[in-house]
Amino acid sequence: MTGKEYRTITDVKGPLVFLNKTEPVAFGEIVTLRLSNGTIKNGQVLDTSDDLVIVQVFEGTAKIDRESGVTFMGDVFKLPVSTDLVGRILDGAGRPRDGGPEIVAEEKADIIGAAINPYSRQSPNDFIQTGVSAIDLCTSLVRGQKLPIFSASGLPHNDIALQIARQAKLKDSDEEFIVVFCAMGITAEEYNFFRSDLERTGALENAVLFVNLADDPAVERIITPRLALTAAEYLAFEKDYHVLVIYTDMTNYCDALRQIGAAREEVPGRRGYPGYMYTDLAMLYERAGIIKNKKGSITQFPILTMPGDDITHPIPDLSGYITEGQIVISRELHQQGIYPPINVLPSLSRLMGSCIGEKTTREDHKSVSDQMYAAYAQGRELRGLVAIVGEDALNERDKQLLDFSGVFEDKFLRQTRDEDRSIEETLDLCWNLMSAIDTKYLVRLDQKWIDKYHPDNRA
Amino acid sequence: MSNEGVIYRISGPVVTATGMKAAMYDVVRVGHEGLMGEVIELHGDKAVIQVYEDTSGIRPGEPVLNTQETLSVSLGPGLLTQIYDGIQRPLPTLEEEMGVFITRGVDADAFDLEKIWTFEPQVAVGDSVVGGQVIGHVQETETIVHKIMVPPTASGKVKSIESGDFNVTQTVCVLEDGTEMQMMQKWPVRTPRPFQQKYAPETPLITGMRILDFLFPLAKGGAAGIPGPFGSGKTVTQQSLAKYSDAQLVVYIGCGERGNEMTEVLDEFPHLIDPNTGKPLMERTVMIANTSNMPVAAREASVYTGITIAEYFRDMGYDVALMADSTSRWAEAMREISSRLEEMPGEEGYPAYLSSRIAEFYERAGRVETLNGDDGSVTVIGAVSPPGGDISEPVSQGTLRIVKVFWGLDAGLARQRHFPAINWLNSYSLYPQSLDQWFRDNIAQDFPEIRTQISGLLQIESELQEIVQLVGSDALPIDQQLTLEVARMIREFFLQQNGFHDVDAYCDIHLQYQMAKAILSFQDAAKSAMAGGAILGDVVNVPARSDLMRGRFEKGYIDIIEEMVKKMTDEIADTVEEN
Repeated sequence: MTGKEYRTITDVKGPLVFLNKTEPVAFGEIVTLRLSNGTIKNGQVLDTSDDLVIVQVFEGTAKIDRESGVTFMGDVFKLPVSTDLVGRILDGAGRPRDGGPEIVAEEKADIIGAAINPYSRQSPNDFIQTGVSAIDLCTSLVRGQKLPIFSASGLPHNDIALQIARQAKLKDSDEEFIVVFCAMGITAEEYNFFRSDLERTGALENAVLFVNLADDPAVERIITPRLALTAAEYLAFEKDYHVLVIYTDMTNYCDALRQIGAAREEVPGRRGYPGYMYTDLAMLYERAGIIKNKKGSITQFPILTMPGDDITHPIPDLSGYITEGQIVISRELHQQGIYPPINVLPSLSRLMGSCIGEKTTREDHKSVSDQMYAAYAQGRELRGLVAIVGEDALNERDKQLLDFSGVFEDKFLRQTRDEDRSIEETLDLCWNLMSAIDTKYLVRLDQKWIDKYHPDNRA
Repeated sequence: MSNEGVIYRISGPVVTATGMKAAMYDVVRVGHEGLMGEVIELHGDKAVIQVYEDTSGIRPGEPVLNTQETLSVSLGPGLLTQIYDGIQRPLPTLEEEMGVFITRGVDADAFDLEKIWTFEPQVAVGDSVVGGQVIGHVQETETIVHKIMVPPTASGKVKSIESGDFNVTQTVCVLEDGTEMQMMQKWPVRTPRPFQQKYAPETPLITGMRILDFLFPLAKGGAAGIPGPFGSGKTVTQQSLAKYSDAQLVVYIGCGERGNEMTEVLDEFPHLIDPNTGKPLMERTVMIANTSNMPVAAREASVYTGITIAEYFRDMGYDVALMADSTSRWAEAMREISSRLEEMPGEEGYPAYLSSRIAEFYERAGRVETLNGDDGSVTVIGAVSPPGGDISEPVSQGTLRIVKVFWGLDAGLARQRHFPAINWLNSYSLYPQSLDQWFRDNIAQDFPEIRTQISGLLQIESELQEIVQLVGSDALPIDQQLTLEVARMIREFFLQQNGFHDVDAYCDIHLQYQMAKAILSFQDAAKSAMAGGAILGDVVNVPARSDLMRGRFEKGYIDIIEEMVKKMTDEIADTVEEN
């Protein structure tokens, strides 16, 4: 059937093309469209029946008319994969963008990806040291985890993602990650920033870039992350690499999803996003993990910008229900000039419990993390009270906690963009900062750790 | 028309077939690969089918075969310790058949059909038996006797009965009308299993979590909803319930949730010991895992698969607890299928029948007199994941209309690291009245009164806190400051519980009562000391009080708590003399 060209387009609507009277066409099949001016476009079958086929066109439907020819390729969308992918830059549909040759396939992989059998997964428990104190102490990242950055427009999430990509490593190991970078609808400027940073640090040699920019077709964004994850799965589970997938910006991806839903006249869910967005996002995020008896792993770092800084917006909300925690970037901290402006209070790593402690980081990690968090939370709360009643109304304990909250932001959170703190340095820093608080107020610290690590006892 | 038709249309998980004789909810095999599906709508000669596996690559014109059966589960020895996907295929078998990624087109028996079990007959030749009657016992695991029952629809006189070693498909009993019975039977998942009558619940499901057992108890045979935004601890709470509740059997449904979390459960459960029997927890557990990226139609089916298995064990006279995490994902699966069917949507795109489906599901909970005359129960605990934590949405509301227990998880408490993050001000249980007699008889005569005092203090605290926000606590009269201290003790010592701590994770109900009493003893002692001139700060800071509070992390606390309370009250009394 491949090769037969149909000229039976009836309707074109948004990114969708409707045709009738074809031979049986498979659901999910890949389609090529040849326009009257010779341009070739690609698409995929979204709905198929005896009389009507609906095709979603990745490159946009500009210039498609009823005379355009449609060919069904007889197969679902597959990405040619090979280790040659490493070091390459591809566009959002998987074609070379760096002027290099086509990828010679070792095999072709279905980009939808199958679900990992939960029974075949291995629990993630290898601590990844990112060198960023706020993350390492409070929302520790684990190999095989999916931990998104919840940010908003105008905040330095890209710098943080790059810093993590540069510095992430297993503690006491030089094993590096392969970075799979997936850009969806970001500006050329942002892309250049990522690219030049990866080039400058030499990380590009160990990276694969899939790039869909803001002026590329929106529909293409639906497949870009699937290509990236398919490449990541190949590298991780066939070639034993540890892969770190960074995608930015999930918000653009979800908007593209909404655009297709609207064109199909689907019943919209919240804020116009399709009702199946949870399942759709899960099909991406759940492709993180480790598999028993396989050496590689996929760790995901999705970046999303919360529209209007609203964490209850459907995109961060649904993401939060699927991912294993979140790192929340705060505008308030950013405006205070603190980098990285991570608000540890709403941030969370669900897998942290399994990766910290004596055997992996240090025995006092949990205790220190709880105490730092609690003291900072109380200090922040007191700021509100002080605004009403004034600082003089505070008792001694509250004064110390109030001061601590400032020190926490200034000394603990703040670090430079290339400062790579080891987890020991981070923990020692915490002890130094906490020593400003009277020990009797540090109720979450175990006495044995106070005896061992408190600066007064170490001196 | 025949049993075979052809595919007319494919749209994601929804396939339309023509030319096939079909009835609603018939199970069909779709395409050359024979993917499993279920008829969910009929239009003239078109049958609309939801397919439980990925449909990519399927074409119109491929065959569809109607099996004429409805979606059913296999019930019999071998169920326990299993882990299934949404349509009862064991995940370990799927791994053997398809590798680590779940592809499609593979059938798998729900349990080993060849495995030999020792069947001990409980009836004799010539006995009259009716549906649901136990005809034999199989010791399935160390803790659970699997009772082989006459299928609910059969009855008659026993013509022959076997004894000894058989597999689940061999006939063990024949009735005079020729009905042959095996140890395995099938039951359609969408049909509740029959029973004689429903009783009012009167025994609590003891969970070992203080805030639940003490303040908001759930009855065996009751239904509870746990709504909460992400990160508030729904899954941790559900897992604690699966681990420590005193049900005899647990069915845990991971419905549309995270793969890594299911793996954690799978890794952890085999190593955990049931605090009630001292045996491995896995031996009383059946798990169903349909993660968020597994086919959406199978997710819709998974809750029915789970509750049918739960009802089957109930019919043996067991107390079964079922956890569904999360029912919102189940509702979303319904929404997704409904929108593919182009049905007129109700609220937020959910189908108009959403609330009736939710109600039907929770109604399958209950304490019943089984067909056999035994007493059995299914307790259902459903997690709800409301978008943005706002429980005014349809799934939360549909759930709250039917369940009698509401454990409201709170993002604010979770952020303060107060776990379990169950909000004591808006949670409720409508069972205390029917359960109070049990608490009086089995724990302490004044148990309900102590509970009332504790929850009253928390209520007063919330009112006082509003004033404190404005003027600071120092401006309050001294007795109200004491109330705040007592309430703080309730929160930090009693309500907070570390689900990951060896000792604190499970708190015996008798100990719960003692701890609540200890708080009230502190209040009384402090009041009288302060009436005698003691200073609040001294009273609060007596060393014995912090020893008492820290004691809950130590083993054997229940043996020494009374002594520690005595020491505390003595020390508090001494603060009077110091002044």
